[in-house]
Amino acid sequence: MRGHRGFRRAALAAGAVLLLAAGCSGNDASPAADAGRPAENVELTFWTWAPNMDKVVAGWNAKHPEIQVTVNKQDGGDPAVTKLLTAIKAGSGAPDLMQAEYQKIPTLVSADALADISQHLDKGVAGHFPETVWNSVTLGSDAVYGVPQDSGPMQFYYRADIFKQLGLTVPTTWEEYAQTAKKLHAADPKKYLGTFSANDPGWFVGLAQQAGASWWGIDGESWSVSVDDEATLKVADYWGGLVESGVIDNKPMYTPEWNAALNNGTQVGWLSAVWAPGVLEGNAAATKGKWQMAPMPQWDKSQPATGNWGGSATSVTSQSKHPAEAAKFIEWLNTSPEAVDALAKVSGIYPADQPGQSAALSAPPAFFANQTDFYQVAADTAKTARSFTFGPNVNVAYSAYTDQFGKAAESRSRAAFTAAVRAMQKTTLDNLKSSGFSVK
Amino acid sequence: MSTSPTAPSTRRRTVAPYAFLAPAVLLFGAFLALPIGYAVYLSLRTVQVRGLGLGKGSREEVWAGLSNYSKAITDPDFAASVLRVAAYGVLVVPAMLGLALLFALLLDSPRARATKFSRLAIFLPYAVPAVISSLLWGFLYLPSVSPLYFVFGKLGWDVPSVLGSGSVIYAVANIAVWGGVGFNMVVIYTALKAIPTEIYEAAKLDGCSEVSIAWRIKVPVVLPSLIMTFVFSLIATLQVFAEPVTLRPLTNTISSTWTPLMKVYRDAFTRDDLYSAAATSVVLAVATFVLSFGFLRLVQNRAFSQEN
Repeated sequence: MRGHRGFRRAALAAGAVLLLAAGCSGNDASPAADAGRPAENVELTFWTWAPNMDKVVAGWNAKHPEIQVTVNKQDGGDPAVTKLLTAIKAGSGAPDLMQAEYQKIPTLVSADALADISQHLDKGVAGHFPETVWNSVTLGSDAVYGVPQDSGPMQFYYRADIFKQLGLTVPTTWEEYAQTAKKLHAADPKKYLGTFSANDPGWFVGLAQQAGASWWGIDGESWSVSVDDEATLKVADYWGGLVESGVIDNKPMYTPEWNAALNNGTQVGWLSAVWAPGVLEGNAAATKGKWQMAPMPQWDKSQPATGNWGGSATSVTSQSKHPAEAAKFIEWLNTSPEAVDALAKVSGIYPADQPGQSAALSAPPAFFANQTDFYQVAADTAKTARSFTFGPNVNVAYSAYTDQFGKAAESRSRAAFTAAVRAMQKTTLDNLKSSGFSVK
Repeated sequence: MSTSPTAPSTRRRTVAPYAFLAPAVLLFGAFLALPIGYAVYLSLRTVQVRGLGLGKGSREEVWAGLSNYSKAITDPDFAASVLRVAAYGVLVVPAMLGLALLFALLLDSPRARATKFSRLAIFLPYAVPAVISSLLWGFLYLPSVSPLYFVFGKLGWDVPSVLGSGSVIYAVANIAVWGGVGFNMVVIYTALKAIPTEIYEAAKLDGCSEVSIAWRIKVPVVLPSLIMTFVFSLIATLQVFAEPVTLRPLTNTISSTWTPLMKVYRDAFTRDDLYSAAATSVVLAVATFVLSFGFLRLVQNRAFSQEN
């Protein structure tokens, strides 16, 4: 359509002008930035699903009358992202600020939904975060597409009371995990040490990440896809073996059945992330004080590692008219001691900010009141999180995961698990190629 | 044609029908024709990405010709979902219409008691939205939380979960049958009520039993209603979406492309590819159109025999 193309051209031209402007302000930064500061007050909207975020933001609003932030609560990650992408396509309706899960950032950047705020941020911001986390907001480039808010390093959660009762020891390697699963299931055929959940791609990514996988990569001007690398195949084969032998369950997580199993002690362990206490509290309230947390079982004990499940950054959208002010706010939100403290205590999230973390997380979560070193263990494991690059079609890979691993888990066949990984690789790679991305 | 074309009264008369039609035409245009036209337009376009696809100007909407259509038709997932829905239809439609006809005949029989209550009870599931009924059935299907499985366990029966790979299609069909019987029963029952009672008296005088009255008089008379409910059911079958989507998180056996509409949804909202989704939905719409009108043509004489 003619009008459509005309609009696109105009947008491109506008983009070029912006780039030129950015180039100018880079040369003599401060005068240009000052000249661009609006005289009147700025109002920013913020889409987020973190609980009680409005209370955290109130601290900023009280002190910054010239930059007022309004929190607009969204439900969950995926619907908010779909809504944002729709607003970007429509050309209006997007907020200034958006909570974005790490795995969605390449997709959002690829859809031109997020602004590069590198020039608006303090140079020291990067130093607040572990390198692996910071990489997820830069995608390995000079651009910065958000400031990390929380991260989800993975640990092993288990029912200490049942372990004690059956004389089981906490597994430190995956080999021990398999043996423990076998012993437990032999002692009581109704009990499982865990379940292989085919509807949680993020969970499997965390496990593959721990083994050293990174499914996408940027190689010069091309993407690479390596879903079927050795590490992922090793993890799939391992879980396929456990499911095939029947010592690990094949039911999805987050179902009424799974909740019941957590409550009645038939699911005895859960490989989860640092936010697990909140989920357990909500889904298995009756088991308070019976759980313990330990580092993940390891593939190689001499090189302890973990993966991430979840975590998000706060980003400035490409439709925001005040990117500089928005960037200033998210820098405060995610790196200032007072905001990080509020994030941890009021919002109940595990802040990605390293300097503020230990002060903010002095006491264990209420559900784990008996484990005083909870956040010490969490911080230690967080340091061992491996790097993982997400690509622009994470959505395609994730939906291939649920389909392929659904079939594999249902068939309870070890071979089907590795076949599922290969099918995911093919789907993900074919989709990148057919969309026109340059792929190696 | 007209003798006095300039007379104001006749002009008003020629304007009036258009004025009456206008709201319907406007609504049809704005909420049906335009969106359909836009979907067809989208189905002929696609996004072309360049290089890494990051940043401004790296993606462009381009003309795609019929490539979205050829992709949709040759996609093995789509073919599988069509076959699955065909099997689902073979299960649902006869069971639903058979039960609807049976209940209508039973309620219409002279010795039936508490017909008002029974009619309401059978109709009630239709009033429950598909998502809610699927959630309720989902609980009944999950062995460890289901009261049904609790009873089976007490009786010592070892019943496998109906959400397993072989039986999940029955589990979904069951929800649709419960939801649809009541509505179809009311349509058929209303047709039965239109039969003059003298016919039954005459039949009884001829020595006809209740069963043969039902079989030889009632069923042939309600045949047009049955044909209509069949067409409705056919269309509903092709559009099955809410039930499997609601059950999907509970099991490994329902894929993201389990039915054709689920594939459309996945392409549009999970893969962010509106263009393929538009092409698949156009294919689906044409198929629905051809099937329902083809069937109506086939049974034209019987369906509309009473009107002729």
